[in-house]
Amino acid sequence: MTNENAPLLEMRGIKKDFFGNQVLTDINFTLKQGEVLGLCGENGAGKSTLMKILFGMDVIRETGGYDGDILIDGEVVNFRTPFDALEAGIGMVHQEFSLIPGFTAKENILLNREPKRKNVISEVFGDRLNTLDYNVMTGRATSAIEKMGFHIDADMVINDMPVGHKQFTEIARELSKENLKLLILDEPTAVLTEKEAEALLKSIRIMSEKGISVIFITHRLHEILDVCDTVVVMRDGRIAQSSPASETSVEEITRYMVGRQVELGNKRDIRDHSDAETIMSIKRLWVDMSGETVRDVNLDIKKGEILGIGGLAGQGKLGIPNGIMGLCEAGGTVTFEGKEIPLNNPRHCLDASLAFVSEDRRGVGLLLDETLEWNVVFPAMQIQEKFLKKLLGGLIKWRNEREIGAVTQKYIEELKIKCTGSKQKAKELSGGNQQKVCLAKAFALEPKFLFVSEPTRGIDIGAKSLVLDALKKFNRENNVTIVMISSELEELRQICDRIAIVSGGKISGILPADKPSEEFGMLMVSQVK
Amino acid sequence: MQEKFHDVLSSFGLPRLIITGFLILLFIMAPFVGADFPTQLTNTINRFSWNAVLVLAMVPMIHSGCGLNFGLPLGIISGLLGATLSIEFGFTGPMSFVMACLIATPFALLFGSGYGWLLNKIKGGEMMIATYVGFSSVSLMCMMWLLLPYKSPTMVWGFAGKGLRTTISLEGFYDKALSDLLQINIGTLSIPTGALLFFAVLAFLMWAFLHTKTGTAMTAVGSNPTFAKAAGVNVDKMRLLSVVLSTWLAAIGILVYEQGFGFVQLYMAPFNMALPAVSAILIGGASVNKASIANVIIGTFLFQGIVTMTPTVMNSMIHTDMSEVIRIVVSNGMILYALTRKTEGSK
Repeated sequence: MTNENAPLLEMRGIKKDFFGNQVLTDINFTLKQGEVLGLCGENGAGKSTLMKILFGMDVIRETGGYDGDILIDGEVVNFRTPFDALEAGIGMVHQEFSLIPGFTAKENILLNREPKRKNVISEVFGDRLNTLDYNVMTGRATSAIEKMGFHIDADMVINDMPVGHKQFTEIARELSKENLKLLILDEPTAVLTEKEAEALLKSIRIMSEKGISVIFITHRLHEILDVCDTVVVMRDGRIAQSSPASETSVEEITRYMVGRQVELGNKRDIRDHSDAETIMSIKRLWVDMSGETVRDVNLDIKKGEILGIGGLAGQGKLGIPNGIMGLCEAGGTVTFEGKEIPLNNPRHCLDASLAFVSEDRRGVGLLLDETLEWNVVFPAMQIQEKFLKKLLGGLIKWRNEREIGAVTQKYIEELKIKCTGSKQKAKELSGGNQQKVCLAKAFALEPKFLFVSEPTRGIDIGAKSLVLDALKKFNRENNVTIVMISSELEELRQICDRIAIVSGGKISGILPADKPSEEFGMLMVSQVK
Repeated sequence: MQEKFHDVLSSFGLPRLIITGFLILLFIMAPFVGADFPTQLTNTINRFSWNAVLVLAMVPMIHSGCGLNFGLPLGIISGLLGATLSIEFGFTGPMSFVMACLIATPFALLFGSGYGWLLNKIKGGEMMIATYVGFSSVSLMCMMWLLLPYKSPTMVWGFAGKGLRTTISLEGFYDKALSDLLQINIGTLSIPTGALLFFAVLAFLMWAFLHTKTGTAMTAVGSNPTFAKAAGVNVDKMRLLSVVLSTWLAAIGILVYEQGFGFVQLYMAPFNMALPAVSAILIGGASVNKASIANVIIGTFLFQGIVTMTPTVMNSMIHTDMSEVIRIVVSNGMILYALTRKTEGSK
């Protein structure tokens, strides 16, 4: 420590532009030792860029560096590579996991910093052939895990871990570094269940007590209020607000984030469909989906309703749509409009006018390397032979580029998809806009019944309300029955009529959406195994 | 300025830029070392017309995500069976070409289906397996060419009276069957219109196919198989179809090659056809999972241009035969380059 009174980290007048496009303007804040700072803002507000600057990522230098000063312990630093930042005691947990799947937790935690022992071969060929000292490794890994305050098995292979434990492994890796002073957590709770998120918040508090400062980036605002000392809200590359957490509220943060009032729920209009005919009836459904096993689901879905399916992660709620739509091995009977649908073949479901928006946007939902046009019309073209010109008496089915362009343009406008045009590649869009493309794809099928799985995962609050509104509108105007699966109960309560809670691979109960959240909470944990 | 240069470079690709520059240099130098420019151009165009269909055969499998068709020899063998059987049955003149194509087709469909079935079993390692399918089919046919009961005196070994010769002349059969069709001659420049048209028709059909419902599904399967499955497309069927198409095009491609070259080459010869075709389409700007007809045309022209121009120009300059060396460096180097860039695709 060079100066006892200087804050651990200070940012002074940070500015950054990418090729003349100003992304950060005059960022100033300070962070004291042991302080927890919550950073929030919509996607594209500049949070990630700011953290990249702090962490010395290559992309910053390659695009012309930045203006302003970063001070650590009162001294100006300029990290040229992430290694410099690591050396200075800054650790970062990225949104995407950087773990080696086939290694155990402790091997990952201590990767490249393993305690080593000399052996015969390494005496001859040099240090790189030293033997790993597994006993010491276990000790160091365990102490890092203890520091975190959430127990994970140090000997478990990453592959076999639930998502949440992977996240904790990453955190433990950073904590195992002796000189860690500042830990940056980039949306660590996005993939966690509520229980795990709670544990993470607890471990953040423990870290802060031990004198480690934390910068915590998240979209879940109540978490920020729970755990942070200071909240910094960013909007359009500026700091919109910076205040102690005790003096602000979710509503205020949201207002600063979007620069306008966002209605958080309270606009519910729950309808009762108990007299309506049953459009889909699920009996004794089992689905073999890894991490989301469905054991025995019986569910009747009424025509025209929006049914929410909630529950903790790993309890099987995601398995239900994936099983019915034929993406995972499944069994049982599913009757749709009085006819039984054969399982394990997506084609039969799509032919029966069912559609599915997958939770795995990039893996299942999109053709990342193709244009938006292809993404939007592809299933409709393949299943319903829409957007095709029939030549030679139907022998040749030619793509009708004009119709395809027109319909894509229509959805771009309707869903406010931010893009350079209908010919842009899907991979170039941001997460929220990609999600809208997935919705457009399902809408283009004009289904009678729509499964939507985790439609708001990882997208910002503005895009979120747009997506939910679009779903609601689609339900009301086209009388499409929607089943929405989400981990966020509040979101389900906002647009659904009834909510079914899945626990232990079974439906533990169905309640109208206006029941208090405690009742749903009770159902969620009722059969957890 | 520098950024613009980088943009152009990354979109065009450094190797392609170097090869284009090299080819232009060769064309400029040709007159100075005493090579007649129209003759050089004629040679390049001729070789283009021989090889273009083989390069086109790469397209369907790239689109369906099966990667580069290193198993091209399998299709070529179908073509060779068509060629030899057509001669064996006594067809002569251009008719023998038509019959060769017809006879080759069922073989290509049969072999292609088997090959496609195999590739569906080992998703992810297609290119490796394809290479070995090429290896083993060529070796098997080395035996078969000797053992199959061919009788035509134009094809079998003179003294034994059985077993096919390594090289069979096509004179009197379909030598230049397409090239001489509607040939245009201006001074020393001659253009094999028939062969170019034949390629143009096949290329158009391929382009058209990729614009149909099935073609779209094939491309989607290559782009993201899970997406295609979720959209109700039968992924395995699409992949199988692409392999059959590719095998059939290879069969037709080798027949086009033979009519221009004037000889049927058997035994180990099919083996040497896959790498030039693979590198030609890569030089044309295709990647392991994206290819267009333009890639085929540009790539074949550049690759064959280098192959034809280097012997004349380089040899008269340095009096050593460099052409083979350059061909090998260019073709293998290009394949290596493309494989290293493979992961740059999606995700």
